[in-house]
Amino acid sequence: MLAVGLAHYLVVGAILFVLGVFGIFMNRKNVIVILMSVELILLSVNLNLVAFSAQLGDLAGQVFAMFILTVAAAEAAIGLAIVVIYFRNRGTIEVEDVSTLKG
Amino acid sequence: MNWQIALPEIVLALAGCAILLIGVVPRRDMTFPVAMATIGAFLVTGVLVLMQPEGTGFGGQYVSDSFSSFMKILALAAGSLSLLVALDWNEKEGLSRFEFPVLALFATLGMMVMISANDLMSLYLGLELLSLPLYVLAGFDRDNPRSAEAGLKYFVLGALSSGLLLYGASLVYGFAGTTNFDRLADALSAEAGVSAGVVVGIVFIIAALAFKIAAVPFHMWTPDVYEGAPTPVTAFFSAAPKVAGVALLVRVLAGPFSELSDQWQQIIVLASLGSMVLGAFAAIGQSNIKRLMAYSSIGHVGFVLMGLAVGGESGLRGVLVYISIYIAMNLGAFAVLIAMRRNGRAVEGVEDLAGLGRNDSMMALCMAIFMFSMAGIPPLAGFFAKLYVLLPAVEQGFWVLATVGVISSVVSAYYYLRIVKVMYFDAPQPGFEQRAGGVTVVLGATALFTTLFFLFPAPILAAARQAALALMG
Repeated sequence: MLAVGLAHYLVVGAILFVLGVFGIFMNRKNVIVILMSVELILLSVNLNLVAFSAQLGDLAGQVFAMFILTVAAAEAAIGLAIVVIYFRNRGTIEVEDVSTLKG
Repeated sequence: MNWQIALPEIVLALAGCAILLIGVVPRRDMTFPVAMATIGAFLVTGVLVLMQPEGTGFGGQYVSDSFSSFMKILALAAGSLSLLVALDWNEKEGLSRFEFPVLALFATLGMMVMISANDLMSLYLGLELLSLPLYVLAGFDRDNPRSAEAGLKYFVLGALSSGLLLYGASLVYGFAGTTNFDRLADALSAEAGVSAGVVVGIVFIIAALAFKIAAVPFHMWTPDVYEGAPTPVTAFFSAAPKVAGVALLVRVLAGPFSELSDQWQQIIVLASLGSMVLGAFAAIGQSNIKRLMAYSSIGHVGFVLMGLAVGGESGLRGVLVYISIYIAMNLGAFAVLIAMRRNGRAVEGVEDLAGLGRNDSMMALCMAIFMFSMAGIPPLAGFFAKLYVLLPAVEQGFWVLATVGVISSVVSAYYYLRIVKVMYFDAPQPGFEQRAGGVTVVLGATALFTTLFFLFPAPILAAARQAALALMG
C-alpha cells in the first residue's frame, strides 16, 4: 500500500502547472481554452500551497490558497468580460485571429 | 495591530469607494468631478505618505520605510499626471466615463500595497489589485477592435505571469517554511545553505516581475498593448506600474533574497543587457510612435535593471533616481502624443509630428527637451539618470553592462533625434489642433523638472540615498 506523501502532491502540482502553461502556448484554437489553462495554473499553485501547509504544520499556506481562490474568481470574471468585448468587435475568438497588432 | 502603518492606503481605498458612489448615484455625467476628486484623493494620500510613521504592521505583512514613501510618492505623482492628460482626450474620443479615474485609483492603490508588501501574500494581493484594473483599462475603448485586442493580450499574458509568480511563491513558501520577508531573510542566511526549491521559486518570481516591468525576455506583450490601448492608458502603463514593479523587484531581491545574490545577479544582468539592446535596435524601424515609445521604455528598464544588478547603496540609488527621472520625461512625452490630433481625430504616426515646430512651438520645444533627455544629452535630467547607474557599474567592475549601456544609448539617440528632426524640419500637414489645458499643465511641470534637474539634484539624490539605505537595512 503506497502512502501518499508530499512528493506526490508536488508532482501532481507540477504536472498541472506545465499542462496549464502548455495550454496557453500550444493552443491555437480558442481563447476560452486559455482561460481554462490559467485556472489550471492557479489550481496547481493551490495544491502546492495546501500540501506544503500540511507538511509544515503552518496555516499560512492555506490562508494564501483562500486568497488565490478569491482573486482567481475576480480574474476569471474580468477575463470573460474582455473576451466578450473582443467577440463583439471581431466576431471571432480564434487565437490565430488575435493578431492585428504587430510590427 | 499597528493599523496606522497602512493609513494612506486605507484612506485611498475608502476614498475610492466614496468616489465610485459619487459617480454612480447622480443622474448627470460626473466624469469631471470624479476625476478631480480622484486627483484630490491622490494629493491627500501623498501628504499622509509623507507623514507616515516607519515600522511594520499587520503581523509583518506590511512595512513602511523611507523606500516605500519615496516610491509611493512617485506612483501617486505618475497616477495624477496621467489622469490630468487623460481627461481631455477621453472627452474628445467619446470615452468620457467616470470609471476611468476610479480604475486608475484602484490600480494606484494596488501599487501602494505592492510597494509596502513585506510578505508574499500582500505582494500577490497588491499585484492583482494593480493588474485587474489595468486589464480593464487596456480594453477601455471597448468599441475599438485594437483596444479590445490589447486588453485580451494583456490579460492572457498578465494572468500567466501571475501564475508564474504564485508557483514561485508556493515553492519558496514550501522550501523556506515562511512567506514573510523578514523571516525569509533569516531562513535563507542560515549556515545550512539553501535548497534548490527556493532558487527555482526565486527564478519564477523574478520572471513574473520582469514581465510586469516589461524586461527582456518577457517584453513581447509591450509593443502590442502600448499600441492598441488608448493613448492616456498607455501613458499610465508606461509610468505607474513600472514604479511599482521596480519597487517590488528591488525590495524582494535586495531584501529577503539578498543572500542569494550569486543566483539572481546573472539573471538580472542578462535581462538588463537584453532590454538595453532590444530597446535601442527594435525601435529604429517603428513608424507608430506608441510602438516606438514601448521599445524606448524597454530600453529604459534595461538601465534600471543595471542599477539593480550592480546593487549596493550607489546602485540602488541609481535605480531610484533613474525611475523618478524616467517618469517625468516619459509622461511629458506622452502628454505631447495625447495632444497630437488632426482633423478631429487622434493620430499616432511619427510623421504626424511633422511641422510641430511651426504649429505649436512651445509643445515642440518641450518634446525636443524630452527626446534629448531620453537620449541622455547633458545637461538634461536623462543624462544624470544614466550617469547615476553607469558610474556604480564602472566602479564595481561591471564593464560589459556599462559598455553595452553606453552603446545602446548612442544607438537609441538616432530615433529620438529623428523625432526632433521630423518636428522641426519636415513640412507641416494640414488640420492641426491646439492642445488642451490639462496637457499644458503636465508639459510645463515635466519639462521644467527635466530641464532644471541639474541645478537642484540634491534633494532627490538625498531622498533616493536614504531610501536605498533603508532597503539595505
